Amino acid sequence: MRTSDCDVVVVGVGGQGVILISEIIGRAAMLAGLSVRGVETHGMAQRGGSVINHIRVGCSYSAMISPGGGDVLVAMEPAEALRYASYLSPAGVALVNTRPLLPVTVTTGQASYPSIEEILAPLREASSRVYPMDATGLAGKAGSPQAANVVMLGALARHLPIGEGRLQEALSEIVPARFLEVNRKAFELGKIEVE
Amino acid sequence: MREYLLGNVAIARGILEAGAGVVSGYPGTPSSEIVEHLAPLAKEHGIHVEWSVNEKVAMEVAIGASWTGCRAAVTMKHVGLNVAADPFMTLAYLGIGGGMVLISADDPFCHSSQNEQDSRRYAAFARVPCLDPADPQEARDMTLRGFSLSEEFGLPVMLRPTTRVSHARATVDVGTPRERKASPGFEKNPPHRVALPVHARPLHAELLDKQAGIEEALAKEGWNRSQMRGEVGVIGSGIGGLYAEEAIAELEADVSLLRIGAYPILRDTVGDFLEEVDRILVVEEMDPVLEEFVEMVAKERNPGVEILGKRSGTIPAVGELDPLTVRNTIARMIGLPERTAPRMSTEVLSILPPRPPALCPGCSHRAAYYAMRKAFGRDAVFPNDIGCYTMGVGMGTVDTCLCMGASITVGTGIRFGGEERGICAVLGDSTFLHSGLTGLLNAAYNGARMTVAILDNSTTAMTGHQPHPGSGETAAGEESPAISLPEICRSLGAGLVETADPYDLVSMIETFERARDYPGLSVVVARRSCVISDIRTGIRRPRLRVDGEKCGGCKLCVSFGCPAIEFDGKVATINALCSGCGVCADICPQHAMEVAR
Repeated sequence: MRTSDCDVVVVGVGGQGVILISEIIGRAAMLAGLSVRGVETHGMAQRGGSVINHIRVGCSYSAMISPGGGDVLVAMEPAEALRYASYLSPAGVALVNTRPLLPVTVTTGQASYPSIEEILAPLREASSRVYPMDATGLAGKAGSPQAANVVMLGALARHLPIGEGRLQEALSEIVPARFLEVNRKAFELGKIEVE
Repeated sequence: MREYLLGNVAIARGILEAGAGVVSGYPGTPSSEIVEHLAPLAKEHGIHVEWSVNEKVAMEVAIGASWTGCRAAVTMKHVGLNVAADPFMTLAYLGIGGGMVLISADDPFCHSSQNEQDSRRYAAFARVPCLDPADPQEARDMTLRGFSLSEEFGLPVMLRPTTRVSHARATVDVGTPRERKASPGFEKNPPHRVALPVHARPLHAELLDKQAGIEEALAKEGWNRSQMRGEVGVIGSGIGGLYAEEAIAELEADVSLLRIGAYPILRDTVGDFLEEVDRILVVEEMDPVLEEFVEMVAKERNPGVEILGKRSGTIPAVGELDPLTVRNTIARMIGLPERTAPRMSTEVLSILPPRPPALCPGCSHRAAYYAMRKAFGRDAVFPNDIGCYTMGVGMGTVDTCLCMGASITVGTGIRFGGEERGICAVLGDSTFLHSGLTGLLNAAYNGARMTVAILDNSTTAMTGHQPHPGSGETAAGEESPAISLPEICRSLGAGLVETADPYDLVSMIETFERARDYPGLSVVVARRSCVISDIRTGIRRPRLRVDGEKCGGCKLCVSFGCPAIEFDGKVATINALCSGCGVCADICPQHAMEVAR
C-alpha cells in the first residue's frame, strides 16, 4: 500500500531557495489539515553544493523518500535534475528549470557542462512527463530572478493534493511582505507555464 | 497546538516547555538550530541562552546551572561530545541537581562531519540514559520528558537525534512554554559535588546500582514497543524503527516489529520478543549498538534465532540508512520481490560535472590561501582545521584536518617530528577560540618554529554565522566586548603577530613573507568579514568585469577558483555571482579586470 499521498523531491544548488519551497508546501499542508514530513540539506552542502529536500504530504512515517518513489521531481537547476532523477517514480512528473548554474568545477575548466538536450533526453527516458521551463527568466519577468523557486512552486501546485488557496496563504505567511507582490506574480507565471 | 517544525526547533520547544533556565552549546551541524531558535527568545522567557566557546565549556556551564537546582540543556554535535567527554563522564558519578538534558546530534554519512561516531556508545560508556528519537514529534516529547526523567534518576539524560531527525520537518503537537522556576541556588554537598577519590568510589557503585531501576523505568515510557505479527521480526532503533514500520506497512507483510527509542533496554523487552520469532533483522543508524545487545540477550532467551544486521553484512555498516534499503532487506527476508529504483546508468550520469561545496565568490579565505601559497610555496606544509576554509583543499593549502584546533598542535608535532620545510597552520577565528588557544600557548612554550594563520571572518560561518567572543555580541544579541585576536596571541607567547586584509593581496603576501622569515612562532591574522555576513548587513561592492581587449587568455584568474570567473574559450568573463572583492584584479598580469559600470 502507499505510505504517503504525494512525495515531492526538490533539488538544486545551495543558495537557490530550495528550503523555501519545502517550508511553503509544509505550511500549506498543515493549514489543510494534512500530516506532512520533510527533510532538508543544511550545513556544508549549502555552500554552493548540490542539495536535495524531500517533502511528503499525507504521510506519517519518516521524511525520507525512497529512490524510485518520487511523484514529482522539482529541479531548480537542470544538471541537478539528472543527478537526482533516480528518485523519480516511472509515473512521476519532472519540473525542470532549464537555466544552468555552473559549478566551480566547470568555471575552472576541470569539467564541462552538458547541453540541455543531453540532460533532458535521459530524463525523458525515465519519465514521460518532463516539463522544462525557464523559471529564472519567468522570475525575472515577475520582478526578481531570485523568485525562480516560487515560479517552480506555481508549476508544482496542480500536482499537490493541496488547494491553491492554501499554498497562497502559506506563501504570504512565509515571504516578507515587501517581496510578496513579486512572489505572487512568480507563482502565477509558473502555474500558467504548465497549463 | 500543532505546528510544522524543524526537528531541532521541536527539541528547542521541548526545552521551553520543560521550563529550563539555562541553555548552552557550541555550533555544529546538525545541532546548531536548537540554540539558534532559543537565543532570540531568551529575554522573553527569562532564560540564559549562550553560545559557549567550546563544548566542554558548554557542558560545564550547564552542569553548574543544574547544580543550582535549575533545569539546564546543552547542545552539540557528536564530535563535540569528545571535547566535552571529560566533564560528562564524571558528571554521571556526581549526579545532577535540576534536570539536565544533553543533546548530542549524530551525523551518519558525514554530511557535514569528520567521522561517523555513535553517541549511544558514549551514553553506555558513562552509564547515562539515552533517548533515540525517530522523528521531530518524538524529539520534542523525549526532550520534555528527558528533564523529569533526569530528575528521577539523578543523572543527565542524553538525546541522540540523527541528521534526518534534526533536519526533518513535520507537523508536531507542542504545548505552551513553562515559566522558569526560581532555583534554590547552589547547595554545598561535597560527597556529591567533589570528585575526590574517597567520594568517587562509592559514587561509582551508586551509579551501577541505579542501572536496573533505570531499565525498568524506561521500559514503562512506551518508546520501546512491539507489535507481534509472525515469526520474522525486525528490531529498529530511532529512525531505523520508523523506516522498518513504513516498509512493513508498504509490503503489507506479517512481520513483527520492536521499536527501540530508549537505552538502557530492559533485557525482557528484547528477550520476550526474541522468544516469539525465529529470524530477526536489526535496523539502526551507525554502530551495531542495539544489535550487540540483541545478540547477548539471544544467547539466554533464544540461542537458535537467526540475527541479521550490520554484523552479518545484511545492513550497510557505514554511511546512512535509507528507506529503500530497509524495505528491500525486509522483502528479501520474507520472499517478496525487491523494488528496483530506475537507476540512471553511470554512463548517463558521467556527463554531469561534480558540484562539491565550495568557498563563496569573494570569500576572503581564497585570497588568504593564494597569498599563503605565494609566500610559503607549494612545498610548505599546511596543517588545517575545521571550518569553511577546509573547502580550500583544492588550492594545495590544506594538508591535514583532524579535529577542532588540531592545526596548531599537529603542526607543532610535524616540526618536532623532523620536518624542515616551512609550516603554516591554518584555522578560523571561532575554531581558534574553541581550542586553538592552548595549542598556540604550547607551541610558544615549547619553542615551535612555525607560522599560524588565523582566518578571521568575525563569525562561525560554516554552521550558520553564530557569534563568538571576537564578534562583539552574545547569542542573545547582547553587546559584549570583542576580544582582540592579536592581543591574545601576543599574550600566549607568539613572537611576531601581524594583521592584514586578504582583499589587499599585495600586503597580505608581504605579511605572510615576514611571518615565514621570522625565526620563531609567528601569527598572521587575515582579517576580513564573511561575504555572507556582508550581504546580510547590506554591504555591497561594485562587480568587476573583464576588458576583453586586455585579457590574454592566460587563465591565471580562472585557476584562482572563484565561481564568479568563467572562461569563454578565448577570454575570461565575470558572471553575476561576483561580489566585488577585487582580488582577481590583483592577480591578473594584464590588468584586464575593472569595476563594472
